[in-house]
Amino acid sequence: MISAFFIYNQKGEVLISRLYRQDLKRSIADIFRIQVISNTDVRSPIITLGSTSFFHVRHENLYIVALTKWNANAALIFEFCYRVINVGRSYFGKFDEEAVKANFVLIYELLDEVLDFGYPQNSEADTLKMYITTESVKSERAVMEDSAKITIQATGATSWRRSDVKYRKNEAFIDVIESVNLLLSAQGNVLRADVAGQIMMRAYLSGTPECKFGLNDKVLLEKDPSNRRKTSNTVEIDDCQFHQCVKLGKFDSDRTISFIPPDGEFELMRYRTSDNINLPFKVHPVVIEIGKSKIEYRILVKANFSSKLYANNVVLNIPTPLNTAGVTCTASSGKAKYVPAENSIVWKIPRFQGQSEFTLTGEANLTAMTHKKAWSRPPISMDFQVLMFTSSGLLVRFLKVFEKNNYQSVKWVRYMTKAGNYQIRF
Amino acid sequence: MSDAKFFQRGKIQELRLELNSDKKDRNYTRKKQTLKKIVANMTMGNDMSSLHPDVIACMSIPVLEVKKMVYLFLINYAKAKPEMAYEAIQTFRRDVEDPNPLIRALAIRTMGYIHVDKVTSCLIQPLRHCMRDQDPYVRKTAAVCVAKLFMQDRHLVENAGFIDLLREMLVDSNPSVVANAVAALTEISERSDHIQLQLNMSIASKLVTALNECSEWGQTYILESLMFVVPQEPGDAEMLAERIAPRLQHANSAVVLTAVKVIVYLMNYMSREEDIHSMCKKLSPPLVTLLSSGPEVQYVGLRNILLVIQKHPEILKNDIKIFFCKYNDPIYVKMAKLEIMFRLASEHNVEQVLSELKEYATEVDVDFVRKAVRSIGRLAVKIESTAQRCVEALLELIQTKVNYVVQESIVVIKDIFRKYPNQYESIIGVLCENLDNLDEPEAKAAMIWIIGQYADRIENSDELLDDFLYTFLEETVEVQLALLTATVKLFIKRPTAGQDLVPKVLKWATEEVDNPDLRDRGYIYWRLLSTDVAAAKAVVLSEKPHISTETDNMDPVLLEELLLHIASLSAIYHKAPTTFIPHCKPRFLIPSPALRRQNYNAGRTLQHQDSYSSLHNSAQYQQSQSNNMRSQRFDGDDSGNGGLDEFVSSPKQPQHQRLSYHEQSFEQVAEASIGNQEYYEQKINAENPYRTDTAAVGGSQANKGGGVDLMSFDL
Repeated sequence: MISAFFIYNQKGEVLISRLYRQDLKRSIADIFRIQVISNTDVRSPIITLGSTSFFHVRHENLYIVALTKWNANAALIFEFCYRVINVGRSYFGKFDEEAVKANFVLIYELLDEVLDFGYPQNSEADTLKMYITTESVKSERAVMEDSAKITIQATGATSWRRSDVKYRKNEAFIDVIESVNLLLSAQGNVLRADVAGQIMMRAYLSGTPECKFGLNDKVLLEKDPSNRRKTSNTVEIDDCQFHQCVKLGKFDSDRTISFIPPDGEFELMRYRTSDNINLPFKVHPVVIEIGKSKIEYRILVKANFSSKLYANNVVLNIPTPLNTAGVTCTASSGKAKYVPAENSIVWKIPRFQGQSEFTLTGEANLTAMTHKKAWSRPPISMDFQVLMFTSSGLLVRFLKVFEKNNYQSVKWVRYMTKAGNYQIRF
Repeated sequence: MSDAKFFQRGKIQELRLELNSDKKDRNYTRKKQTLKKIVANMTMGNDMSSLHPDVIACMSIPVLEVKKMVYLFLINYAKAKPEMAYEAIQTFRRDVEDPNPLIRALAIRTMGYIHVDKVTSCLIQPLRHCMRDQDPYVRKTAAVCVAKLFMQDRHLVENAGFIDLLREMLVDSNPSVVANAVAALTEISERSDHIQLQLNMSIASKLVTALNECSEWGQTYILESLMFVVPQEPGDAEMLAERIAPRLQHANSAVVLTAVKVIVYLMNYMSREEDIHSMCKKLSPPLVTLLSSGPEVQYVGLRNILLVIQKHPEILKNDIKIFFCKYNDPIYVKMAKLEIMFRLASEHNVEQVLSELKEYATEVDVDFVRKAVRSIGRLAVKIESTAQRCVEALLELIQTKVNYVVQESIVVIKDIFRKYPNQYESIIGVLCENLDNLDEPEAKAAMIWIIGQYADRIENSDELLDDFLYTFLEETVEVQLALLTATVKLFIKRPTAGQDLVPKVLKWATEEVDNPDLRDRGYIYWRLLSTDVAAAKAVVLSEKPHISTETDNMDPVLLEELLLHIASLSAIYHKAPTTFIPHCKPRFLIPSPALRRQNYNAGRTLQHQDSYSSLHNSAQYQQSQSNNMRSQRFDGDDSGNGGLDEFVSSPKQPQHQRLSYHEQSFEQVAEASIGNQEYYEQKINAENPYRTDTAAVGGSQANKGGGVDLMSFDL
């Protein structure tokens, strides 16, 4: 398991160093700096030297590094690093060099708690905040009285939720956020198209609410004969994953999603589907290399969703060769300009009505090159957000809240589709 | 208030004065600030240990934050200054009796970190109490503490009855306690010589029930421990796998991959094909989902997928598209995807795969491009119907004149010639146009092999060889061997053209070169040619054994072992843990009536009864492998690497080179600070000779395209 944990800044200065086992010395920190931080060509997130393995994750301007001398579970170590980042964000808003330096003592306290002898322990920010607090003024007396409650909380079956949550108004917000990934070949064939969805929930509910959540999940709806008529409108989910509050056994047996939510915002589930994807945008690129000095672009984009909806912040990145001297281009909507630093034409369309289409025409002038390597033609990539639209067609059917006080609760749902890896080769 | 200002070098003397100042210090704010400065300096690596009397004096301050900082100081410096730990003992004694469970746990946890005998002996009694504490938080901390103690003094733990106490904890009412007890037991079992964790079905069943209520990490520990269940009946394995399967839906990839490991393990004990089939079906989607995690987890997932699909090819066989590389994937993800793509390529999807590979071959990263080119060649060898198109693609790539692309193409074209003799000779002309650009030994050797093999078809083969021979003595052994064989071939096929070259080469090989391989081969050729030319012809131009990509498959014994280590480091490197982790227990499938017969070697399951016979058997296995090697060695048709690469399609030479390249760059640090790197290197060779060798014979995929494994794996 984890023998040591370090956080470095970009310069390679150690901001946090905690050894959990005697098999390593503090001086090992220098090895990582030399091997990884000052190395310009790092080709793996795991480096093994002798029998010491360094796992690193980069976040903002930090290196989060865990070391082990054992044949450790690599997935666990990386997940732990991700979790440290999340806990940090939950505590400080942002987890970067500034935040780490400003709170290093607290981070040491946290690390002492979430890792014991290199074994990750309860790392739910909500629970941790009960007894590792930023304002150290909290009287010792209070800690003593609370402590039994805290320890039950930290080790219990619902370690993610306190029991004494109270709200005047009980509300729950659900955000369905889909990232649509596309890889289109130069011939216009779909090489891959899939949706990675995320259901975020913000629960402001009192007490210990039992929630039940329903989607237009094909497998579930087809099981129930009374629903057979309506099954045309269902989504086939390839796979899904749940927050640890969801009762997996129950989902496995009858595909119902039931859970006691943590307080506040969390990711309820993630899902993946590749069936019947509605691609929100179609792109037809025509890129012609004329001799060695000129490239002509003609890019057409069409919005493929209902005209009642619109997309925000649509951006197309259209690559140009490294030896581009200048670009002239005109777009029928939005702004397009050549950005030399990114080697691409960046075309921004702030608001894109459904069913409309726009074109960009342009010309790139190239300077003469000495070496004759051909241009690798990286794909056009696209960014966008479409509100109240899901590429997969997924819908939330219901969210039921059961609580012993039987209060009324208000539920809200929002949908959004954004670009994941939306790439078009040409 | 930000603590960032404490991040500056502090003078010991000043800090001491500040700690001891008599000024009024309400709420100990001043003391806290000074301690923060000390902790910051500790972080920066400045030695603060001489402050210990002053810091220990702060222990009496009744503020939790202060206490935690003092403890941190203690953990850091106790080993260097054992005497200061003695002074702390009193406080620890008081704290383990504290009514607040958090304080009790903190004291136990901290004492476990302090490796000073006196502290350890003071720990035993309270630890025993804490293991039965009424508070679960204290119990779970105590469980881990036993593992800590074991690392310090294993006899103490074994003799003081802690193992039994841990075992009792397996049925604790609190899931976190169970999970930590399991984790501690697993670690102790992995490290101890005579404690071996074995779980029977009833305890396993209880653990699985606890899974539902555990934290995600706890679930991982429990799942890990299920690897120590040996199902006695197929029904047990099925039932257990069925109950674990819901874990595949967990958001934490550690839980998912560990569940995959247990299920793949249990499948060895299942009897009905349909059960195995339905489990395989359940495994596919979660493995795909791993690819939507962060890039690091994707990498872990991909390397493990590569193992799983070798054992169970039906998993993911229709999902090749998700392994297509995205332009902005990190390089390690791309490399790992490429290997899986090659593995999943079949008649049905080869069209798509080939067009993807062509796309990759124009990218920027040199290693990635090389691997893509190499994969095109391997695809030709793997799927006959596509060979023609692959060759065309390679020719197109050669036209780009990009040096490394050309060289890589030539290396794989050699394999294509080998697999499909007399089909694509028409392209030799194109290859010969690029002779001057070859500067890598592997490409040179490949080209020389082609010239030798087709010496009678290439008009100026003697001139070409003569050009190469010009630098014979400066070449690497690989190239020299290739030159030697090619020249002899030329002589046999076209005696007049070769008669000037052969004596020259034989003389060099036998007199000027120190390499025994080369010298011996030189002598053999020489004697053959001088005694019986017909025999020489029969040997040198003999029918060559077929090559196929079957040889890319991993050694089944190694694969079986790696599957027991899914999600771990060794599964990422595709190396048995015993090769890079000292004192690591090997894992193997434990025989039981339910264990399915493995067809590759029936005796395998028995041999691990004791480790000696295991070594013995494996040595035999290796020997049979090397016998194979030897019998083919004198077919006189070596592309230059002792016959080995003739049937692994990619010589192992570059592997060594890359390795040594890294060694060089790491030399300064590695030698100075790790020091024992060399030691382990030797140790690996000594302890486990057959591992590395069989990997070269059977599973050369590590070599393919200069894999990711090597890059990160600098033993």
